[in-house]
Amino acid sequence: MGVLRGDRGGQVMLALLLLTAIVVPLLNLAVPEGNPFHVSTFTVTLLGKYLTYALLAVAVDLVWGYLGILSLGHGAFFALGGYAMGMYLMRQIGDRGVYGDPVLPDFMVFLNWQELPWFWHGFDLFWFAMLMVVLVPGALAFLFGWLAFRSRVTGVYLSIITQALTYALMLAFFRNEMGFGGNNGLTDFKDLLGFDLQADSTRIGLFLASALALALGYLACRWIVTSKLGRVAVAIRDAEPRTRFIGYRVDRVKVAIWTFSAMLAGIAGALYVPQVGIINPGEFSPLNSIELVVWVAIGGRATLYGAVVGAIAVNYGKTYFTGAFPEAWLFALGGLFVLVTLFLPRGIAGLFQMLKRRKADPDAGDAAPEVAA
Amino acid sequence: MLLLLPLAGVSMPAAAQSAATDASEAEPVVDVSAAVPDTADVAASAHKASAASAEAGGAVEQQDADIADAGSPPSQSPIKHASAPPNQAEVEPGPDASADTDGMPQPPALEQALASLADRSFKVKEQAAKDLAASGDPRAVELLKALLAGDLYYRSDDKRIVFAERVDKDWALTDALSGDDLGTVGRRDAKKITINNRMRSGLRADIAALTLASPDPAVRLAAAKEMMGETDAGSIEALEAQLLVEQSAEVRGAIELAVAIAGSEADDAEQRLAAVAALDGSLYSEARNALDALIASEQDEAVLAAATAARAGIERKVDNMRRVETLFFGLSLGSVLVLAAIGLAITFGVMGVINMAHGELIMIGAYTTYLVQLAMPTAIDYSLFVAIPAAFVVAGLFGIAIERGVIRFLYGRPLETLLATFGLSLILQQLVRTTISAQNVVVENPSWMSGSLAINPALSLTYNRLYIFIFALLVFFALLMILKRTALGLQVRAVSQNRDMARAMGVRSARVDALTFGLGAGIAGVAGVALSQLTNVGPNMGQAYIIDSFMVVVFGGVGNLWGTLVGGLTLGVANKFMEPWTGAVLAKILVLVFIILFIQKRPRGLFPQRGRAAEG
Repeated sequence: MGVLRGDRGGQVMLALLLLTAIVVPLLNLAVPEGNPFHVSTFTVTLLGKYLTYALLAVAVDLVWGYLGILSLGHGAFFALGGYAMGMYLMRQIGDRGVYGDPVLPDFMVFLNWQELPWFWHGFDLFWFAMLMVVLVPGALAFLFGWLAFRSRVTGVYLSIITQALTYALMLAFFRNEMGFGGNNGLTDFKDLLGFDLQADSTRIGLFLASALALALGYLACRWIVTSKLGRVAVAIRDAEPRTRFIGYRVDRVKVAIWTFSAMLAGIAGALYVPQVGIINPGEFSPLNSIELVVWVAIGGRATLYGAVVGAIAVNYGKTYFTGAFPEAWLFALGGLFVLVTLFLPRGIAGLFQMLKRRKADPDAGDAAPEVAA
Repeated sequence: MLLLLPLAGVSMPAAAQSAATDASEAEPVVDVSAAVPDTADVAASAHKASAASAEAGGAVEQQDADIADAGSPPSQSPIKHASAPPNQAEVEPGPDASADTDGMPQPPALEQALASLADRSFKVKEQAAKDLAASGDPRAVELLKALLAGDLYYRSDDKRIVFAERVDKDWALTDALSGDDLGTVGRRDAKKITINNRMRSGLRADIAALTLASPDPAVRLAAAKEMMGETDAGSIEALEAQLLVEQSAEVRGAIELAVAIAGSEADDAEQRLAAVAALDGSLYSEARNALDALIASEQDEAVLAAATAARAGIERKVDNMRRVETLFFGLSLGSVLVLAAIGLAITFGVMGVINMAHGELIMIGAYTTYLVQLAMPTAIDYSLFVAIPAAFVVAGLFGIAIERGVIRFLYGRPLETLLATFGLSLILQQLVRTTISAQNVVVENPSWMSGSLAINPALSLTYNRLYIFIFALLVFFALLMILKRTALGLQVRAVSQNRDMARAMGVRSARVDALTFGLGAGIAGVAGVALSQLTNVGPNMGQAYIIDSFMVVVFGGVGNLWGTLVGGLTLGVANKFMEPWTGAVLAKILVLVFIILFIQKRPRGLFPQRGRAAEG
């Protein structure tokens, strides 16, 4: 495990992930309902959802923490992956839809369409759909990055056009004419690879797949940031013109990592959709993209495991608050944004590091490097 | 429900019964009141008639009409037979009767006609309306208008024609003729005078003919417009008579057109040709309709050719007007964008601070307008003049608080500022939801904001959009003046161009930052006042503008107010010109895609900052 050397946080995180992946299904299947240790299928799905969010946060941290690109549009890649998966699931419904059309999804029958639009072909095949889960976000990110990074759009400008991108996509997917179910999105899924999506075993399978994807995604990102490519990326983040002058092709490095991150986000989206059972244009909303940046900020930028911690912590908080005090949730989230940026610039992970350093050397204080990479 | 119903019937017989009688009473009561109270009716009418020192004929006639139409019980049929002939004789002559009754004193004609309106027969009522129109009484127009609008009622017991106004569940009555207050009566004691479609069109024409003689040119113009395509021999005469004395060119044009439209239906080809010539170039839609009808049915070659040419010419003109209208809509949308973005242009452009709470500052301005209107409900017309400075101050104070409380710790870290201010925007939204309401609130438009400026029949500009466009320009130039001509502006520019040097020269940069941010926030608040007149005011309204505002600033070029103005207006106009082809949503998507691509080409916007400030 060369890539994890020196990454204590990552080691702990992966160990916890492994533990969860073993214990949760056991507690769900082996412990009978009613027992206090029983984990309900609802909770399993909820945890699975958090894990996909965590994967998404890792993808954002890769480009924000290590490349210095604040993307306010990563939700778009997540949603595109989700839509690719949703299209596959729609095709799997077959003639079990409300209108019973063997080929056309319900909403197309409803819109009185006669045949499947060209871009829906092939989505009945699992391998093709999975390919699209990574290729569509990847291609969009490549195109966008190729344009933006070559013309050296950076900083705030880039953030704002990524926001424009996801906003434009949201408006586009809201249109019925686009052929993605418009306002309602894609829903009413029945099964995945022949497994009933409502069955407990399928839910656990998806949870395990999410955990596996998170672990692999984490390791891949870790591999990138510890490689030479990652070092160049950090150099770009800290001094882009200087890196360029030394002779590195900054735009290529950026496009490569950016595209990879988008693909990762797409995979997260594809795992998210079967667990929540719906994908609609709301996922493209700029608000979602900003929120996920906040997960990373709260967890701690440029640590990768911090992103995981942040995503799970914030989403747990959201689930809890929206249930217990729906009024207070936005106050809590908003307050968290402000407080974390003001007082905890390196997030929860930074807090851990600070505590560790305090224990080792009580006089060291906060004199840490600007961003702990 | 199905189970409960019978149960309720058994367990609460009294209540059910009373409900049943209530329901069954409703109909009979009305019938009785309409058909039976002859005695009361006669008495009242007779009283009224004698008071007006006229013969009792009017009262009798009205009473007869009532009975004739009430589908009355057999016992009353003798009266009906007896009175039928005179009744008809009286009613039939119609408008010509006015000539015969010229010699008679005016009031009875009006009153008589008015009284007949309480009849249940539409035929009688129609005649009554015609008589009313022909009475020559100055009050007739108002009465006819009220009748058309459904504001005319009659009292059930004495058939007196009244204006009724709802007071709780009762009617507050005023006499239709004298304007005397008649107190309030129960819900069933006054009945609306119903009219049918036939009466409606007749009423409109009558009102038009009457108003054509009005001293007010606007009233005459409306009357002439009303009569286009609705003329008959009589009204043409009225129109032509008016044409001889008409002073206003606009009214003349409308009258000539009304005559020409009538002429286009003439049997004589020469006459039609002349009518086509008169219709040529007119922008009234009635003229187009008349030409279309003519083209569809025309036999004569020459007339057909002339009509087709005239129609095509009008079409071109109308197309041009539509383009002007689209341009106006575009500029209007653009001015909204400029208003929303201009505060951002200061905070983002001049200070380099990304304020995601900018939309919420706009929202605060809009809510200030709402609160101001709550505080002065009787003076809505002046509320905006109070709201504009109030919103500026309130939003400005919020801005200064945000700058002092959060942003000043984050200078030089634009991405963190973005996150922190986004957090603030969530807090502000929730604050409004919990303290005021989660629902949209109603902000009223002052009367001077509603209505539209009619430039010609095919082009009218709504006042609210027009004023907001002007307002946006005023705000823009005021801001420009502040930045270029005041000491604060000089300091702001100095700090934004080179903070260290400015500080070395003695500028207190922290104070300048706070004031600049306050200024930008205040402008956002003022924008909120304007937007409250156009769109819904709710907790989410800020989010609708934040992305657009950023696009405008980035497109125009950061740190350049002119760029914001040109950028905003361009995007607004482009959006509106695309809409007819693409629909509103796709137009917006295309604009966003265009901006994304534009930034690639010109990463610093339309008007990039030059010099030292550009490196940063």
